[in-house]
Amino acid sequence: MASLDDLKKRITSVKSTQKITKAMKMVAAAKLKRAQDSAEKGRPYSEKMNNIILNLSSGISDKEAAPKLLSGSGKEQVHLCVVLTSDRGLCGGFNANIIKKAKSYFAKLNKEGKELKIITVGSKGNDQLKRVYGNKIIENISFKNSKNVNYFDAEKVGKIVIEKFEKEEFDICTIFYNQFKNVITQIPQAQQIIPLNTKSDDQNNSEDNYEFEPDEDEILSNLLPKNISTQIFKAMLENSASEQGARMSAMDNATRNAGEMVDKLTIEYNRSRQAAITKELIEIISGAESL
Amino acid sequence: MSDEFKIEIVNPEKSFLSKDDVNEVVVPAFEGEMGILKDHISIISFLKPGIITIRAKSGEEKYYVEDGIIEFKNNTLSILTSYILNLKDIEKNKLQELLKNAEEESNKPEISDQLKYLADQKVETLKSIN
Repeated sequence: MASLDDLKKRITSVKSTQKITKAMKMVAAAKLKRAQDSAEKGRPYSEKMNNIILNLSSGISDKEAAPKLLSGSGKEQVHLCVVLTSDRGLCGGFNANIIKKAKSYFAKLNKEGKELKIITVGSKGNDQLKRVYGNKIIENISFKNSKNVNYFDAEKVGKIVIEKFEKEEFDICTIFYNQFKNVITQIPQAQQIIPLNTKSDDQNNSEDNYEFEPDEDEILSNLLPKNISTQIFKAMLENSASEQGARMSAMDNATRNAGEMVDKLTIEYNRSRQAAITKELIEIISGAESL
Repeated sequence: MSDEFKIEIVNPEKSFLSKDDVNEVVVPAFEGEMGILKDHISIISFLKPGIITIRAKSGEEKYYVEDGIIEFKNNTLSILTSYILNLKDIEKNKLQELLKNAEEESNKPEISDQLKYLADQKVETLKSIN
């Protein structure tokens, strides 16, 4: 059995860990509020963008001449996967979930004999993927220095993706991120952004007769690159809200566990203290009796 | 009043502006300035760098945009833009910085004609604000 001193030390150390996790939980809660706000505020933009593109693509006359970003390069050989993760750890299963989703997708591609290229955004994803897929990672982007998610960062990623597409380095691009559902649940998502998935819901689309200035093709070719950045931005916003949510619940759990541990250790401490006292008393009494 | 319509300006970060007492909006569309009044035909177009003028019942407002897409439908004008500034709030040194960046961009040798045109537009607009 551990000595009294050892137990005391352990209790203090668990308590100070608990203080840290508690503080981290509070910070995450405050950040979550902000991240959730900006995720909500960012939604109208990407929704409107999507609507306009749907309207445009349904109105486009010649499918063959459609921009490549919309129709794809006609092949499906090389896949580019953009894996969005966080830069910081201690957020529960947040990164692990994305990586798991991505890895199962990679395995599927491997089986089908497709070529794979990976761009990681966020250092945690890079750390985990480089062990197995190190030679597939063609770029690692990290926004450690940006305080909040902002559009220009997303645009940078978007530009890299588009540049590579124009050089025909890949045919299909998929982004992986966590969608924020609530604090406890984050759903890992795989979303294909090139070629764009234009499964329209077919509601009143055909009735809108738009006038286009200049013509559809030109607007589309201008709009699609922007849409890529917008989708990435949306994913980044969702991701940052998810990250804070995951961290909050992870830290909440850690705080609770630390509390339980302190309780258990305190009981053990008290017991051994009592045992020591009883032992001393017995010694004194039996000493007195023997006299 | 019956000749008013709704305008919404959104940028990626948030909903920038929303008004429903607008009489006329002039936007710098790609092929020239375009004035939009109520009951305009549904239209989609995109913007070049320039000034958006909103004439509303509550007064006239001007905004500087670098790019964007507009959609007008059912008397609602939606403007999506990645960079927008209210001319009223714009600061002198910020303006200078934008101008400097735009000039640098337009002087790059490897730039395509269209980008060059856009950058020149930017320079021109920024100069006119000054």
